[in-house]
Amino acid sequence: MKITDDVPSALSALDRPNSYIGRSVPRPNLARLTQGRAQYVSDVTLPRMAHVAFVRSPYAHARIQTIDTAAAKTSPGVIAVVTGAELSKVITPWVGVLTHLKGIKSAPQHAIAIERACWQGEAVCAVVARTRAEAEDGCELVEVTYQELPAVTDAETALDPGTPVIHPELGDNLTFERRHEAGDPDKGFAEADAVVETTFVFGRHTGVTNEPRAIVADWNPGEARLTVYQGTQAPHMMQNLFAKHLGLEEHQVRVLTKDVGGSFGIKVHTYADEMATVALSKLLKRPVKFVADRIESFVTDIHARDHRVNAKIGVKNDGTITAFEIDDLTGIGPYSVYPRTSGIEANQIVNLTGGPYTCPNYRARARVVFQNKNVMCQYRAVGHPIATAVTEGLVELAAARIGCDPLEIRRRNLIPDDGYPCAAPSGIKFEQLSHHEALAHLDAMMNYAGLRAEQQRLRAQGIHRGIGFAAFIEVTNPSAAFYGVGGAKISAQDGVTMKLDAQGALICQTGVTEQGQGTEAVIAQVAATAFGVPIERVRVITGDTDNTPYGGGTWASRAAGIGGEAAWQAGKALRANVLACAASILQAKPESLDIRNGAVVDGATGTERLPLHELARIAYFRPDTLPPGFQAELMTTRHYVPHAWPFAFTNGIQASYLEVDINTGFVTLLKHWCMEDCGTIINPQLVDEQIRGGVVQGLGGALFEHCLYDERGQMLNGNMADYLVPMAVEMPDIEIGHVVSPTADSELGAKGAGEAGTAGAPGAVMNAVNDALRPLDAQPITAMPLTPEVILRALGRV
Amino acid sequence: MSERFHEIVLTINGEEVHERVDARKTLVDFLREDLSLTGSHVGCEHGVCGACTVRVDSVVVRGCLMLAVQCDGARVETIEGVSDQGEIADLQSAFEIRNALQCGYCTPGMLLTAQELLARGGVPSRDEIRAHISGNYCRCTGYQAIVDAVEAVAQRRAGVRR
Repeated sequence: MKITDDVPSALSALDRPNSYIGRSVPRPNLARLTQGRAQYVSDVTLPRMAHVAFVRSPYAHARIQTIDTAAAKTSPGVIAVVTGAELSKVITPWVGVLTHLKGIKSAPQHAIAIERACWQGEAVCAVVARTRAEAEDGCELVEVTYQELPAVTDAETALDPGTPVIHPELGDNLTFERRHEAGDPDKGFAEADAVVETTFVFGRHTGVTNEPRAIVADWNPGEARLTVYQGTQAPHMMQNLFAKHLGLEEHQVRVLTKDVGGSFGIKVHTYADEMATVALSKLLKRPVKFVADRIESFVTDIHARDHRVNAKIGVKNDGTITAFEIDDLTGIGPYSVYPRTSGIEANQIVNLTGGPYTCPNYRARARVVFQNKNVMCQYRAVGHPIATAVTEGLVELAAARIGCDPLEIRRRNLIPDDGYPCAAPSGIKFEQLSHHEALAHLDAMMNYAGLRAEQQRLRAQGIHRGIGFAAFIEVTNPSAAFYGVGGAKISAQDGVTMKLDAQGALICQTGVTEQGQGTEAVIAQVAATAFGVPIERVRVITGDTDNTPYGGGTWASRAAGIGGEAAWQAGKALRANVLACAASILQAKPESLDIRNGAVVDGATGTERLPLHELARIAYFRPDTLPPGFQAELMTTRHYVPHAWPFAFTNGIQASYLEVDINTGFVTLLKHWCMEDCGTIINPQLVDEQIRGGVVQGLGGALFEHCLYDERGQMLNGNMADYLVPMAVEMPDIEIGHVVSPTADSELGAKGAGEAGTAGAPGAVMNAVNDALRPLDAQPITAMPLTPEVILRALGRV
Repeated sequence: MSERFHEIVLTINGEEVHERVDARKTLVDFLREDLSLTGSHVGCEHGVCGACTVRVDSVVVRGCLMLAVQCDGARVETIEGVSDQGEIADLQSAFEIRNALQCGYCTPGMLLTAQELLARGGVPSRDEIRAHISGNYCRCTGYQAIVDAVEAVAQRRAGVRR
């Protein structure tokens, strides 16, 4: 294990000529993005393409009595007006359950509501027209009569006997429940010198991708094929689902994903309006385009994080944590989202809470309930920000109670760096983490002692600053344990096909996808390194189910760790094939040769023997000159899935330094630090920028972002003026450092890094605010977002 | 209905364009749908996110808050034109080197807004840069890399050695 700070890691085993591992290589696809020459799905137009707009339920829960489409059908430009019942003839409904989430249940969800709308914003009718504007004109003319039904909006009362059951056939409003107990929590609490118990509340928020969800579906009856241009993170998953619900074979469906304007987990789910768009194309036998507008995004993009967690920690006076207990309740809307379900977030909270610490005593319950609000599902760092804020909030409250420094209490309880492999009380397994190394480095990086002194000095001047920490673990590189074992057809393995083209360049096709994280750069770096060419000679192709190996896509921080390893293995395999060909041409032994800088060289001396373009020329155009019986194989495919561990856990610790204006309740973020360990770092700049972006998304949730609903299930702030996302002026500079503990499961040793920032930031900010307010006898704040109102209430000022 | 469609003549990226537009059509929809200039993006359609940022008569505006008919006689510049002219080549390069974009959806608007600040000359402070780009939302980067890139270009243009 070693520490690096924004510098390349010196990986001797990988340190070949053309080694790009550990180098901040610019991404190959950036110029088209900076020049306005990208192609997002919202930019796609096809011949005969029509546009769909949806009539959406204004009620959170209502029976659809009549739909009069006559006037809309005669509106200028309108091609078709289609109800849910009509569309159900071409697309089947779905149910979002997984068998490994024991007992999870949900009701069939239709592409367009039939009979009943279950949340405000659910589509009840589609209008297809020549332009989006004409489709919206048509929507205005669709007359729907509704009978408003009682809306279940409060998760706290969703299971009460007096509360209406949203789907009567399910018996109750309970989607999923998990209970877990490890060690002896009662004994743990009995042995504690202090027990801190509180309730954490996390506001619903959503991803707000700058490009809304967008899809163009093109059913061509002439070839019985469906081509779908979709801004998705998981093209093969969508290929499977489109085929399944339209009654097609997978080979009849091609999903193409070009540039994607932000995803963050929002674009990895099945959305009813996107399924409807695909079905409409099949029905109308022409391309149909749907792009959500911003209001549609707010009421139909998955929401996340709406959790209430009663939580308890026991601690001895020497700082030893003796027990953790949580009771989590979350409301996920009227349907469990397909196919990943809406049970995963709560499940993750049970898995992750207390995870960094040695304490063996743990009791958890999580309940997931239906309600008549927009659906909730997996969003960046699924469950992590909640589990981390709960754990770290408890730890700092306990530290304050016993008068222990917040870093010191962590030193006494974090799993020792030489204590691996081990398992957490929740059952999750750790291969190798580095909590103590990370903490020590964070302490130095932020000059903790100096900041504490500054904080004290400024207090005397009436300036209230706070320092807060959050140690965290992150789930990355998931195996089939995440979804496959539960029956979802979401690939855990991924592949890279690598080809030497006729001029000696490398073409790599991969099932992992690019939404701005830098996947293409990482695959190119690994391919160039493994094979031995300058990176400029590598081209990466992603996002096309016709032309990439079957794979899962990019989510759960899997692209670099899983796709990267597949590229490494493919590069080695193609290299062996090319050296065999070179040996044949040169009458040499393959093991005496090497590939460096785009040429076959003598391994011992480095003397160039054969440029790759010459090798390719011979292999492709003059194979007759090769020895009889020799067949060159200049294209090869390798796949990878983690074997030894269900997940590659990463770890880290974040710190927030901020100032609270106690008169206005406003928080100014002064600085943020993150030490993290994602194993081998392929591209330091990309890792750091993933963390920075992730931290800021976490800060948004901590301070601003909140989907506000009234008691009738109406979203009150579904626009970007009222739903606040972080602006540049509010955000701090973020300093990042790394510990490197490679996973031994792959040769590269890379774990994921995409969600670490989001996992820890909210907890660190909450703790920093409480640290700032503690001398003022404020009530500890355990509700997010930490708005000025929340802060002023904690201070007793309002 | 006679008032609904209007003939407009305007200059877009140096080319004169004659079009008949629906009165209700926004400038950004006109650019994207009628002229296939898809480098200007639609994010919120209510003037908050800045993805649709373009220049009209040298002033940075929101393409979703202006109607195409209002641009009759105007000189409109989009990311495509500004890129081809090379006006912000240094800024684009700085964004690429610093990875000041991830998904890239906000980037054309961000570049034009940053160029507005840089064109004033001098080297703005990091806080001034942050304030100036705060009308352009980026959900990917967390902004620091963007601030770094803009700051680097300001220093370079001002001849400051780093």
